[in-house]
Amino acid sequence: MKPGTVLAVGMAQETQSLAFWVLAVVAVAAALGMVLARRAVHCAVLLAVVMLSLAVLYAMLGAPFLAFVQVIVYTGAVLMLFLFVLMIVGVHSADSLVETIRGQRFAAILVAIGMLVLLCLIIGNAAIGPSAPSSASYSSGNLQGLATLIFTTYVFPFEVTSALLITAALGAMVLAHRERTTPKPTQRELARQRVLSGRAAPLPGPGVYARHNAVDMPALLPDGSPSTLSVNPVIARRVELGTGEFPTPPSETLSSGEVVASDDEDGRPGDQPSADDEHEGARW
Amino acid sequence: MVSPAHFVALSVILFVIGAVGVLARRNAIIIFMCVELMLNAVNLAFVAFARMHGNLNGQVIAFFVMVIAAAEVVVGLAILTSIFRSRRSASVDDANLLKY
Repeated sequence: MKPGTVLAVGMAQETQSLAFWVLAVVAVAAALGMVLARRAVHCAVLLAVVMLSLAVLYAMLGAPFLAFVQVIVYTGAVLMLFLFVLMIVGVHSADSLVETIRGQRFAAILVAIGMLVLLCLIIGNAAIGPSAPSSASYSSGNLQGLATLIFTTYVFPFEVTSALLITAALGAMVLAHRERTTPKPTQRELARQRVLSGRAAPLPGPGVYARHNAVDMPALLPDGSPSTLSVNPVIARRVELGTGEFPTPPSETLSSGEVVASDDEDGRPGDQPSADDEHEGARW
Repeated sequence: MVSPAHFVALSVILFVIGAVGVLARRNAIIIFMCVELMLNAVNLAFVAFARMHGNLNGQVIAFFVMVIAAAEVVVGLAILTSIFRSRRSASVDDANLLKY
């Protein structure tokens, strides 16, 4: 072996061990942060960090296929699913700090220390040898080697996996399906409802005509006051409660009178003839 | 020089951290994420052992673990959303209807 080759191998080993230590520290720190973070979203982001560092470690261990699967399936699909469910459940969902079972955390840490000691003893007694000399299945033929194994030795587990995936997809559909408790309204019923509500036409659109059409900019009534019906009920409610205000148009100063109060929650008109009349005027 | 033993040690640490999360946290989604962390840690050990033996069996097993983890997450999260829909809570303490 030429001295240059020896030097190159040594350099590669140095780089590898440096990468390992950096990634190990990052992964353990992110995992600890995941256990300690209160917000579920922070946990998800830290889990992504752990998974990405594990992907790089797989690549270092000569498993490029698994590294890519880790990034695509775990970080890409599984974690995105987690984030979707987090958005359904509420981004602000956080653990309460009150312990329901007294001493639960202390017991958990005690059990974890016991487990760590046990696993360390097992590993300490196991004969974990050095890496085997790299063969073809660890360099260029990784994908071919995996495919050969999956479709020969492990072909039966592979088929069972496909059945499992179909069952899981069906199970998720059944579990997440919401049964309709009332019959679906027909077009006739919807039309009748609309006429009976006193407003056959759609609600007025947001924005001051010809100058501003942002969705949070309310349409103006003839007397210059903003119309609550023209904006999102959430914004209207916020203004009603006094925790926010409508943006004022930038160019001209418009007298912003008081907000037209709507009587029910979702900002739709009830039996309030005055407000309705004003809107009829606002429409031209 | 990094040997497979280093990787196995890292995997043990990550596994134990995940176990702490499962035991100590009470938000069901966070518990789920900690289970994922434990599965990832085991995968790392599988890949490290595959490297030690110089064959690909460990990598194939890790691949199967990933597939099963994906299926598990899909079903688990569907259960979580349906529980959340009926009880408006993601805490594991609130789902206690099956308690004696």
